[in-house]
Amino acid sequence: MTTLYRAAHERVSIELTLNGQRRSGEAEPRMLLCDFLRHELQAFGVHVGCEHGVCGACTILVDGRAVRSCTQYVAQADGVDIVTVEGLAEPDTLNEVQRAFAKHHALQCGFCTPGILCSVTHFLRDTPKPDEQQVRDMLSGHICRCTGYASIVTAILVAAAVLSQKS
Amino acid sequence: MVELVVETTTTWTKRGRGVKPVAFDYYRPQGIAEAVALLSDKGDEAAILAGGMTLGPMLNLRVVRPRAVIDISRIAALKTISVRANVVVTGAGVTQSDALNSDIIVREVPLLAMALPWVGHFQTRNRGTLGGSVAHADPSAEIPLALVASGGTIVLQSRRGQRRVAAREFFVGALVTQRQPDEILTALEWPRSPPDTGHAFTEIAQRHGDFAIAAAACGVRLGKEDQVEELLLAIGGVEDRPVAIDVNGFLGRPAAKMAVDLSEHAAAIVNPLEDHSASADYRIALTKVLVERAVNAAVGLAWQRRNRLQ
Repeated sequence: MTTLYRAAHERVSIELTLNGQRRSGEAEPRMLLCDFLRHELQAFGVHVGCEHGVCGACTILVDGRAVRSCTQYVAQADGVDIVTVEGLAEPDTLNEVQRAFAKHHALQCGFCTPGILCSVTHFLRDTPKPDEQQVRDMLSGHICRCTGYASIVTAILVAAAVLSQKS
Repeated sequence: MVELVVETTTTWTKRGRGVKPVAFDYYRPQGIAEAVALLSDKGDEAAILAGGMTLGPMLNLRVVRPRAVIDISRIAALKTISVRANVVVTGAGVTQSDALNSDIIVREVPLLAMALPWVGHFQTRNRGTLGGSVAHADPSAEIPLALVASGGTIVLQSRRGQRRVAAREFFVGALVTQRQPDEILTALEWPRSPPDTGHAFTEIAQRHGDFAIAAAACGVRLGKEDQVEELLLAIGGVEDRPVAIDVNGFLGRPAAKMAVDLSEHAAAIVNPLEDHSASADYRIALTKVLVERAVNAAVGLAWQRRNRLQ
């Protein structure tokens, strides 16, 4: 058993999987994971809102789970498997959830959308046939100031129906 | 003459740029023994990081300025849920969503399973831990309330050894517990609930997932004549810590007519906080309403479960 140690100002080299590719970058241990993903690894789909875990804009998938990336630090992230909105569909295509968001007007300014799409990915894997209450409960972890949520709820329910028919 | 110094940075992430917390040394021990040894050296200069759902915001806002952060989130020994003779032991690092998805918790500690959907949101439960919530001791947090109501125990480990503290004594005040600076909270012990017990957890918050203004947790077991055989009741968010209500006067009484009396009893003995979200009077009113709802729901469930088992 050993203890990993990183000195406060020492820039550490971090290797992780981002959207299926091995990537590495350097930063201080205390840097927020969301800032590292944006500014070191150019994953600009990670949006940074409140920076203390409340708004949900920075939600990403870490080892398959939807989590905040603003309350994790670079030093914690070595070796993890990260998926951001850039990795949810093949480049220049949309997945079923994204298609439903576009069709049902589930986004306006789009700031909260990447986080919500990451949450929905994990949520529908655990709950393939959600009811409206379950969708709203999951969405309570995201703040959207444009849509009033109704169109997002509709889009998620439609996408869930399409996906469960396919499978 | 004043010379204007312009600092040039080669990258955006040069030292001190693009960071929010104070600079801290980062330690990631692989086992409990290493974590305990580290904490014993660093004492209150160190912060223990598990899920980071509370410590993260506090670091980012610089409410806390630790010299060292000890990350226990990858210690496998802290992530187990096991059944012993009388208790279920949950490692401090078990995430709230893993507990919520655990058949053991649903079967043996139903009150915790009922409390967890009220804790934060889907995305925060995916990382937030049971132990972190208890160690932080927010007065309105649901997991500490469920632990107090269940009569559970907190396991603390330091270089001096291991000790166990009853949940009802562990919480001293808002964010203050019996944990000493050199102790790590390693596990929680939850008494196993007999299958004929009914439980209920309910709360009022401004929005689901926000901190509770008031919350109530109840467990009840009924005798053959529908009299109260066993009763647990605790209130959260009202005082500066979760409080167990003394219910001895209600044992043996007919369960059907108990809820209103019990709610008045609880409302009369709590000593409510007053803050920006609610007045003391409002918290008393909520205590009354929530206890009545929780007791009625728990009695109904206990009645169903007993009849099904007979």
